[in-house]
Amino acid sequence: MQSLIRRLRSELFATPADAVISIALFTILAAAAAGFLHWALRQAEWAVVQVNSTLFAVGRYPIEQQWRLWLLTTLLAAATGATWGMLRAHPRRDRSGQLWPRNDRLAVAVLIAASLWVPFALGLTPAIQLRWWLLTALLVAARWLAGRFGAGLPPALKRLLPIVWPVLYLVGMVLIGGGIGLARVAPAEWGGLLLTLLASSFAILLCLPIGVLLALGRRSDLPLLRWGSVLYIEFIRGAPLITLLFLGQNILGFLLPGGLAPDRVWRAAWVLTFFAAAYLAEAVRSGLAAVPRGQLEAARSLGLSSAQALRLVVLPQALRVALPAMVGQFISLLQDTTLLSLIGLLDLLGVARSVMANPAFLGKNAEVYLTLAILFWCCCAALGLGSRALERRLDPHAVPSRV
Amino acid sequence: MSLPTSETMIEARGVEKWYPNGFHALRGADLTVRRGEVVVIMGPSGSGKSTFIRTFNALEDFQKGTITVDGIALSNDLRNIDAIRREVGMVFQQFNLFPHLSVIDNLTLAPVLVRRRPKAEVAEQARALLERVGIAEQADKFPGQLSGGQQQRVAIARALCMEPRILLFDEPTSALDPEMVREVLEVMQNLAADDITMVVVTHEVKFARHVAHRVVLMADGEVVEQAPPETFFTNPAHQRTRRFLDQIL
Repeated sequence: MQSLIRRLRSELFATPADAVISIALFTILAAAAAGFLHWALRQAEWAVVQVNSTLFAVGRYPIEQQWRLWLLTTLLAAATGATWGMLRAHPRRDRSGQLWPRNDRLAVAVLIAASLWVPFALGLTPAIQLRWWLLTALLVAARWLAGRFGAGLPPALKRLLPIVWPVLYLVGMVLIGGGIGLARVAPAEWGGLLLTLLASSFAILLCLPIGVLLALGRRSDLPLLRWGSVLYIEFIRGAPLITLLFLGQNILGFLLPGGLAPDRVWRAAWVLTFFAAAYLAEAVRSGLAAVPRGQLEAARSLGLSSAQALRLVVLPQALRVALPAMVGQFISLLQDTTLLSLIGLLDLLGVARSVMANPAFLGKNAEVYLTLAILFWCCCAALGLGSRALERRLDPHAVPSRV
Repeated sequence: MSLPTSETMIEARGVEKWYPNGFHALRGADLTVRRGEVVVIMGPSGSGKSTFIRTFNALEDFQKGTITVDGIALSNDLRNIDAIRREVGMVFQQFNLFPHLSVIDNLTLAPVLVRRRPKAEVAEQARALLERVGIAEQADKFPGQLSGGQQQRVAIARALCMEPRILLFDEPTSALDPEMVREVLEVMQNLAADDITMVVVTHEVKFARHVAHRVVLMADGEVVEQAPPETFFTNPAHQRTRRFLDQIL
């Protein structure tokens, strides 16, 4: 405490001029904070968010089919918890990993607090509040079980585990869209956070392989491949996303005969994918350039084919270097999905605009936009945290962690 | 030290190479290396010694002349190149270990992938090799956690794990701190006692004197002189060699 006071004094109140500036700044900040709190707690009418919480979450997804989304959320919670625990149970070989590092305890605490407060603040019915509590409990339990017993699983089972996520993605697609005995829910009925997450995750997953291929193409010795990649990348990067989205909506309809052209939502998702791939290709290219030439030479001199050398020696290093830039791309991609609202889709922003257009909630823009900002911030923070954890895990020069 | 046999392992005839910028790096270089022989190539920087041995496993191409390695002619035929690379190991000045793989995985990667040998068997052999180069206890570390000398010894073990018939060394101690040079040279000296064929580009005179069967001087892209170490260092035939020795001794 004493040292804190001393530091404050030396950093903020060293001279009379410093003191004046500090006090002025603090007054402004305090006034702003007080004003915000007064608005948020007294004046703001959060009913607009409470009443429309389902709309923000899933748009106009049919109520009688929403059990499928609950099921999907359950699977996701279990898989997230299990993956998290498995990673902790398997620290990289030479590192002393702890089962519950401080950050993990903090994350679980935040998660539990959020699951208790958010459903309550949204005024959800007790039954639905209970569901969120159970989901959180499931995630934490899976995390605990996988951390506790994950290391002892038979190796054959462990090798299967990474496949869980792609399988889960496909299962999720079926659960959301229907098929295989489930009633079809057309993409036009997807909305809100569901549509935002679906479009961005689809684009993130698919733009990665396309971006890597483009980056390799741009460095290829074959002129046709090289110039093709350069042309594509520079064309996409030269056009604003919104024009490409409009172009996609119109042109794909002309190009492909009626039944073949994908639905409006899928058209937008593909445009997002191809847009992101061009930017990603440049991030990957910078990563490729950072891998010393000697790495390829060493791999080739050991008899690896160029494809093997690329896949096992060059790309893993290049992607690790490019990871921060790639995650930056993913975060802006997530935010770019708000443009879907401009082509008439009901993503988070689209739902928000439709809610604000409702006469019953006239003038409640601030509440809605703040909610939106918080939602996006949470998603982006999750991406950023995950990427930093991955970076630490893949860092070949990291010293054993002592968290 | 085992004596070289009469069997030819590497035969280079009239090798010429121009770099894309027009630099004439090799100007008709000739060299014959017999099985089990340890050949040290010396020469001033820019004389083409590194370029020359890098042509032996097709890391550099060349425009004129012929190179035959272990009976296989180096040509643009990719199958030949792959076949030669399997039999020729290389140790680089900058080690070029794979930083994202543990030491043991650095060793097992190629044998499992290229020779299609079972992983457990290769891992056992890899640990034995690490033992042999004196760093068995580092098997599960990552290259970034090792000293330069240790890294270079891992690189030698990695090359050996492919069971090559020829080992090329491209200035293996030039990037090392002085106190680590000896540990690497000792490993190389032990190798020379086996019947593996070694071509070593180095400035280490002591190593050349005591380990090499033959020392070669390259200058301006040509092989100027080749002789047993005693003759090479005490009574060289060429003026160019004498000038070079005056500079380094």
